[in-house]
Amino acid sequence: MSDLTRSDAPRPSVAARLPGLSALGPLLALILLVALGATLNENFLSAGNITNVLARSAFIGMIAVGMTFVITSGGLDLSVGSMAAFIAGVMILGMNALLPSMGVGLPLVLAGMGIALGVGLLAGLGNGLLVTKARIEPFIVTLGTMGIFRSLVTWLADGGTISLDFGVRQFYRPVYYSGLFGIAWPIIVFAIVAVAGQIAMRHTRFGRYCEAIGSNDKVALYSAVNVERIRLMTYVLLGLLVGLATIMYVPRLGSASGSTGMLWELEAIAAVIIGGTALKGGYGRVWGTVIGVLILSLIDNILILADLVSPYLNGTIQGVIIVLAVVLQRGKSSSA
Amino acid sequence: MSAAPERAAAPVLELVDVRKSFGPIEILHGIDFALHAGEVHALIGENGAGKSTIMKILGGFLAPSSGAVRLDGAPAPYASGAQAEASGVVVIHQEFNLAPDLTVTENIWLGREKGGLFLDHRAMRAGTQALLDELGSTIRPEARIRDLPVSDRQMVEIAKALSRQARVLIMDEPSAVLTHREVEVLFRQIERLRAQGVALLYTSHRLEEITRLADRVTVLRDGAVVRKAGRGELTEDGMATAMVGRKLEDIYPPRRHQAGTVALEVRGFSVPPLVKDVSFTLRRGEVLGISGLVGSGRTELAEGLVGLRPATGEILRHGIPVAIGSVRDAAASGIAYLTEDRKERGLLLDKSLTENLTLSTLARFGALFIDGRREEAALSRAIAEFDIRAPRRDMKVGNLSGGNQQKLLLAKTMLGDPEVVIIDEPTRGIDVGTKSQIYAFIDALAAEGRSVIVISSDMPEILGLSDRVLVMRHGRIAGELEGARVTETDVVRLVMGTNEQPTGSASHV
Repeated sequence: MSDLTRSDAPRPSVAARLPGLSALGPLLALILLVALGATLNENFLSAGNITNVLARSAFIGMIAVGMTFVITSGGLDLSVGSMAAFIAGVMILGMNALLPSMGVGLPLVLAGMGIALGVGLLAGLGNGLLVTKARIEPFIVTLGTMGIFRSLVTWLADGGTISLDFGVRQFYRPVYYSGLFGIAWPIIVFAIVAVAGQIAMRHTRFGRYCEAIGSNDKVALYSAVNVERIRLMTYVLLGLLVGLATIMYVPRLGSASGSTGMLWELEAIAAVIIGGTALKGGYGRVWGTVIGVLILSLIDNILILADLVSPYLNGTIQGVIIVLAVVLQRGKSSSA
Repeated sequence: MSAAPERAAAPVLELVDVRKSFGPIEILHGIDFALHAGEVHALIGENGAGKSTIMKILGGFLAPSSGAVRLDGAPAPYASGAQAEASGVVVIHQEFNLAPDLTVTENIWLGREKGGLFLDHRAMRAGTQALLDELGSTIRPEARIRDLPVSDRQMVEIAKALSRQARVLIMDEPSAVLTHREVEVLFRQIERLRAQGVALLYTSHRLEEITRLADRVTVLRDGAVVRKAGRGELTEDGMATAMVGRKLEDIYPPRRHQAGTVALEVRGFSVPPLVKDVSFTLRRGEVLGISGLVGSGRTELAEGLVGLRPATGEILRHGIPVAIGSVRDAAASGIAYLTEDRKERGLLLDKSLTENLTLSTLARFGALFIDGRREEAALSRAIAEFDIRAPRRDMKVGNLSGGNQQKLLLAKTMLGDPEVVIIDEPTRGIDVGTKSQIYAFIDALAAEGRSVIVISSDMPEILGLSDRVLVMRHGRIAGELEGARVTETDVVRLVMGTNEQPTGSASHV
């Protein structure tokens, strides 16, 4: 019993309180990248460049936070890039259609935002129901919907571009280009999503259940967890976040086409994996995902600024980093 | 040390004074063990007695620390399982070594395919058919393993062993996953192989199988041979006593439960496709044992009761009908089920003790946010109450011993404060010391006025714990025993269907 009395006090060891090496790894990589960027180009740490990098990260970032929950619970969503394009198309067409009756102004923009979130929710619900009710592999379901969303937006645009009315665009622009206390809106929204995501993952039943389901869905089922509903919720949450990202994205260009959001799904999944979330599920790290997103956009930024290697090699470097991240993860888990 | 049957032939495969240590701990102490051609040699002992280590050494998967492995009197010429197979020593593991998506033929020839650049499908199919004919099996060579019942998969393993010209066949609890009827098929094959002069090693926890099959019996306890006997020299009771090394009753609490009012009543309950028309009652403060062979529908019945399987029929709690469609519904009705499959359905092996403990009752630990401090406090209570021995609180549950995992699973189940607890195989893969602790917990649950159902394949456990015993056979209740009628003979008769009344279903289909 002497062993027990000692362990009675809730006192996690130091090693348990510090994040493990697999969590510190991405952070170290990020710090190294920032240091590298700063030495290569003096403009790297300027407010303008930092805002630029962060604002560009924000779209993928919000989607990647949602993707973290999907992957943690053992799922996958390949459709998010096409979904973003589709949502952007429907949102712009909707706002253009409402323009004559509502006129340029806040109500019209709010209506557009409502459309974006509504379409995102329905798209996520569709993916989720196909995975949970029809019991089709997430990979297959979202591979299918990826093609469907992409072709729908191309069809809506008749092969060209769907453009937001010029007047509305002028009114909507500040959502991307302006901000609060000098911080651009996309960055603020991304930060809120990331903090809320971290709290949800660590401190709510939803996050705990996602990890349990990804770790072993049979155990979760036998432990009275509503496995199907939690899984469905992860896809709906992701759909909503894609809608939110689209709301921040549309004012940037004011248009959508068949190539909008191309390869976003891969960037989002890559960010999640680089951040230390296990692709097979069971472990979710929202902070890690944020770091992963920043790493990916910093590589892009440094290549453009530094003129060290051709920016065309961006994909190569990102690819190497993704593979490295997974190799390091595996090394950790087998030694643990 | 009684003499084995006539010592005419020299052993085919033999262990001579074999010792095996893992690190500083010696787990096999000077084992002498021999397999003879045309004989079934049964190796029995409790979990952890060293059976599987001996089988691994015989099959070339482990090397002994000292002593010799002799094949035909000469040192065994193999250092791996594959080399042993090439020498005709084949092990059939409990988890079959078959690729589920390949056909029977493809599995049998896996790694030794006939043909040159292109596969000679016709020759392999003909070879497979010949093997299956020899075994008197009707399995089609083109069938995919995943479409076959477990008994047929076992048959494929045996065919595979034969195709490797096995002279020694080592079978690790082959009957554990089989139904009564399938066991009969297995026994016929074993008898056929014996007649062909194959040396067989057979292990099983079912002592009646040992009595029926074995020409020799070796009893292991704590890594040493404690008894060797020839056919008919050892009764089942004698085997059990030799295995345990003490009187079995000692580890069970005295039975003195006061049964109260009816807590649970089940009427006409069916869980398709196996369980049909089961009815029983369960009183407060009572331990009800459910016995029966693996595959008799015990687990299916329990999983149906807690909403894990679609089921029909009536469930009444304190006389009021309740609808249970999920584990959550069952919990709301005060019914909890502790699964037999601790590692795959009970616990998250790569999560911490806390996360496992609170998983099924997380809503009690905070409305919006989980209160980590209350979780830690709950773990402290569970550790004290159930004597869970964990070196560190934040360790992964997969690194706990089986006994401590089972105690944690029990603590997790009891956290929901259920009034009816169904415990499936409470002590599978657990050492004797922890077993008696778990028995004491079960006894305490009944003493507190809860109702407990214990499902077990372990006959002494059923006899030692239960106030009343239900026996299941082929998905139905074969009989109910109470009080002085709870005896091994009566239970076994019902399990096997040997005292079948004319009204009952036939035990052989």
